[in-house]
Amino acid sequence: MSGRIVIPALSGSIFGAGLALGGMTDPARVRGFLDIFGDWDPTLAFVMGGAVLVMVVAWQIQPRLTQPMFGGGFNLPGTQDLTPRLIGGSALFGIGWGIAGLCPGPGIAALVIEPVSAAIFVVAMLAGMFLVRLFEGNA
Amino acid sequence: MTLPGFPDAAPLAGLAGGVLIGLAAALMLLGIGRIAGVSGIAARATGIADSSLPRISAWAFVIGLPVGALVVLLANGGLPANFASPVYLAIAGLIVGIGTRLGSGCTSGHGVCGMSRFSQRSIVATLTFMVTGFATVAVMNAMGLEVLP
Repeated sequence: MSGRIVIPALSGSIFGAGLALGGMTDPARVRGFLDIFGDWDPTLAFVMGGAVLVMVVAWQIQPRLTQPMFGGGFNLPGTQDLTPRLIGGSALFGIGWGIAGLCPGPGIAALVIEPVSAAIFVVAMLAGMFLVRLFEGNA
Repeated sequence: MTLPGFPDAAPLAGLAGGVLIGLAAALMLLGIGRIAGVSGIAARATGIADSSLPRISAWAFVIGLPVGALVVLLANGGLPANFASPVYLAIAGLIVGIGTRLGSGCTSGHGVCGMSRFSQRSIVATLTFMVTGFATVAVMNAMGLEVLP
């Protein structure tokens, strides 16, 4: 029970709080970071740096656990291949990210901050995800 | 605290927010053995993609995101929010949706969880979307496209 609902709910909430606290729910902050030739705002680098630092430690702990603390087993990506799909998809994602200054997490978190704008982004994002599924049969 | 040369940056709030994001991702990893990748979890919650994460867990995570943001919003008495116009938001959202599915992740899955694991795929993905993000803003600025208010 706790592993199925409480832990992911807690994780999502802490994640959303972190995004808001770090200024990532304001597209102007994100776009300021991406504007390297203009009035550059390095805040996003601090957000990313803080998150990566904590996770570097978590990845050192993970192999020492035989199973996750709240049940289930570890189910982690094992793919190693650098494919055109990975690079092309990431390139596309960056373009969308640059246009509006939003990526999936802040888009969803901002539903309570600027509901209409965030909803337009999130619905369009889900439509894009669905399109990929449609073209691939099952992704 | 301000950063010399960057009066508008918020390094301490950024770092604190980043540490929270890292803790949230660590909780998913060490708590239930999954990657806190928002695009993948959102696709799982909506049934667009399949994964080993139970659907109810995906929804719990997705709903948590705005709940956590709401706490900060209320504690702060408001948050800055400069959003693009609906047309830009729709175009950007569509591209982000397609790109994150094809690229198997976004800023959280590849940027936070994958890079910290020193995953070659995630490092390449992150460098790629950073570069195209920089380029997109630079090109739009050069074209005189004002996106944000």
